[in-house]
Amino acid sequence: MEYIDILLSANFWAAAIRIATPLIFGVLGALVCERAGVLNLGIEGIFVVGAMCGWMAVWLGAGLWGGILVAALAGAFFGLLHGILTVPLGLSQHVSGLGITMFATSVSYFTYRTALPKVSSPPRIEAFQPLDIPVLSDLPFIGPALFQQTSMTFLALAMVLLVSYVLYRTPLGLAIRAVGDNPSAVEAQGLSVFALRIGAIMAGSALMALGGAFLTMSAFDAFFFGMINGRGWICIALVVFASWRPGKALLGALLFGAFDAFQIRLQNEVGAVIPSQVFLMIPYLLSIVALVLVARKADYPRALLQPYFRGQR
Amino acid sequence: MPETESGHPLLSLQNITKIFGDLVANGNVNLDLHAGEIVALLGENGAGKTTLMNILFGHYVADQGRVMVRHPSGILVDLEPGAPQAALEAGIGMIHQHFTLAENLTGLENIVLGTESLFSRRFSRSKARAKLQELMQSSGLEVDLDLRVSKLAVGERQRVEILKALYRDARILVLDEPTAVLTPQESDSLFKTLKLLAAKGMAIIFISHKMAEVLGASDRVAVLRGGRIVADLPTSQCNRHQLAEVMVGHSVQTAERKPGYPEDETLVFAGVSAGDGREQIENVNLALRKGEIIGLAGVSGNGQSTLAKVISGLKIPTAGSVQLNGKPLKANAAAAIKSGVARIPEDRHHDGIVGAMSVEENLVLEEIRKPAYQRFGLLRFNEIRKRAQEAIKAYDIRCSGPLAVSRLLSGGNIQKIVLARTLDQQPDIVLAVQPSRGLDVGATADVHRRLQEARDRGAGVLLISEDLDELFQLSDRIAVIHRGHICEPVETEKLDKKQVGLMMAGQSIKGEQAA
Repeated sequence: MEYIDILLSANFWAAAIRIATPLIFGVLGALVCERAGVLNLGIEGIFVVGAMCGWMAVWLGAGLWGGILVAALAGAFFGLLHGILTVPLGLSQHVSGLGITMFATSVSYFTYRTALPKVSSPPRIEAFQPLDIPVLSDLPFIGPALFQQTSMTFLALAMVLLVSYVLYRTPLGLAIRAVGDNPSAVEAQGLSVFALRIGAIMAGSALMALGGAFLTMSAFDAFFFGMINGRGWICIALVVFASWRPGKALLGALLFGAFDAFQIRLQNEVGAVIPSQVFLMIPYLLSIVALVLVARKADYPRALLQPYFRGQR
Repeated sequence: MPETESGHPLLSLQNITKIFGDLVANGNVNLDLHAGEIVALLGENGAGKTTLMNILFGHYVADQGRVMVRHPSGILVDLEPGAPQAALEAGIGMIHQHFTLAENLTGLENIVLGTESLFSRRFSRSKARAKLQELMQSSGLEVDLDLRVSKLAVGERQRVEILKALYRDARILVLDEPTAVLTPQESDSLFKTLKLLAAKGMAIIFISHKMAEVLGASDRVAVLRGGRIVADLPTSQCNRHQLAEVMVGHSVQTAERKPGYPEDETLVFAGVSAGDGREQIENVNLALRKGEIIGLAGVSGNGQSTLAKVISGLKIPTAGSVQLNGKPLKANAAAAIKSGVARIPEDRHHDGIVGAMSVEENLVLEEIRKPAYQRFGLLRFNEIRKRAQEAIKAYDIRCSGPLAVSRLLSGGNIQKIVLARTLDQQPDIVLAVQPSRGLDVGATADVHRRLQEARDRGAGVLLISEDLDELFQLSDRIAVIHRGHICEPVETEKLDKKQVGLMMAGQSIKGEQAA
């Protein structure tokens, strides 16, 4: 059976992890924002910003890690914008987020076109290469399946651990979880609701931007229009699937990555009979099914979407 | 040890004035608080109690005046206005009426929240735990610190709130309507704890509008009316009647209990179960007769809202039958209204009126299809206006006119709209859920009178309430709901408040034997 063959190829697993990497960054970022009580629908646009800024920084001469830093800072900037609109001003998080997405996308395209007005095929950069980890990368099957990834994938996995640690083991994480559940509790303990929420949105947006940067600096080596292609929206769904937990977020991203890798291979096998669009649909369809099954029991942050005004009861 | 030697109060509010728009929420308020005393701050809704406490805690900034706190060295220093952090550091602990707890965290986590630097690498639970064990023993506030707050009962949550203040070494404890959500027994134990804390040198101030607990638990009473302190005197020199008059500003006629003359059964529950989780009702048997008021006592969250929804036609029972005048009650809100169920909902702002609509629109909301108010699907504005003018007069609804926006009226006036709309339809059944919650003495008396009138006209009234005074004052029979079970109603004369309080806390619902 060709299905079994697909699952047994190291190549498939490596692709699943590669496809999951930007989603891991994105879903962690969305999770951090939502844990603090703010939905960040700017994610799709912040992915574009991260992809563009990271790539352009390298193209202009920065190192790869410098590019990553630039992408994160650009993401944090748009996070700050979303934060100011939704936290002290208390505007609708949906409207502001969608506005950020449109604005950030357009600004990125504009900057790209201004810098490269007459280029038809985008210039390439020297992207991250798969690491060659001694011993591990050389293991049969497991080596090529799991350990021949770029540094950014390992960075994403490290971020899962870091976000879990901060959320569950530090006073800062305690405060973030509290502010997403009941901001009055945070204020009554003398902490600033505004500072915590804006800080969380900025950090979360920086993570989202890294997801975009992965696409131009690791998965590919150039910036294209439309390359984000809904990855941000998938992250918003994955956060619900993950019940706002970093570990489950990783699982959800990997699952989606696996479905996507599977459908690409399936297309090659039976693509002649069934139109390819059907296969493109599969991961999204499955994510809807997964949401329906999981989300009903989801333990969402109680203050999500609710603006906080001081002195209000 | 009470530290009275230095003479300075622990806390001194001086000439506090706070104005919202045209409203003077606080005008020149002066209040001193000494170590070791319990002060009750008494006042009606809108008298400015909560505003004053929010200024004290830094949620609001006063327009004028100063908040002064005694420094450990013994002198009074100004408290930085508008900074909860400063209030906490000065030793002020505030227990809000709506608890400020994050429900997704444990009790312990809620308590340590904000007490450590946000950027320290991890928190030290063991040290916190040791300190809290000691505090729990010395204050008698026992609670499981490792349970998520969402799993704690209301009384336990309040204990977490108090521990939160004690953990920060509060010297001054402010409690906003602390007993609003407690059973009578829980209230007793709360006041015992407060006395213990005061004896150790803390200064305590609690806000209330319940006369009994003010007289029972405080050393001194300050009465706030219209934003001003109108009385400040030792509790030993007060009596109930005099305090009520000072609080309201004139003498109040409270509705007196009058016996009803019950006739045939009208609303009959037979083995009804509905709902799920904490708001479940199970195997409820209850028969409401015409011309009587049944009071249903219980701490909220024990199934009252499900019961109310079943009667209102908003929830379908999973078992049993509900009959209204011999016919099965349809699970459909419109049908329930048509068959003569008047509903006075618990959340009057949310479920009682459509806030954005005018007074006249709200008044005819349930009867809009009747020929009196529409013809060929077009509204008859003149009839609606006339109806509104009558109701405004008959029910003394204080508003600028039939076109006033309902949302902007006070709670008491909104309740009057609800009463006028429902009771003027001559209903067979009146379902009143917490009808006087949050209303002042005058409005409460009004609501009570209207319910009695409906009863005397022959309606069966089911009064769901947590307020024992209200229940004993109005009910012909009283039943108790606990964890979804309802006991057989007992004649009010055969009961006393203590028994009912115990039953509300779940101590063997015995029904008749209780007498």
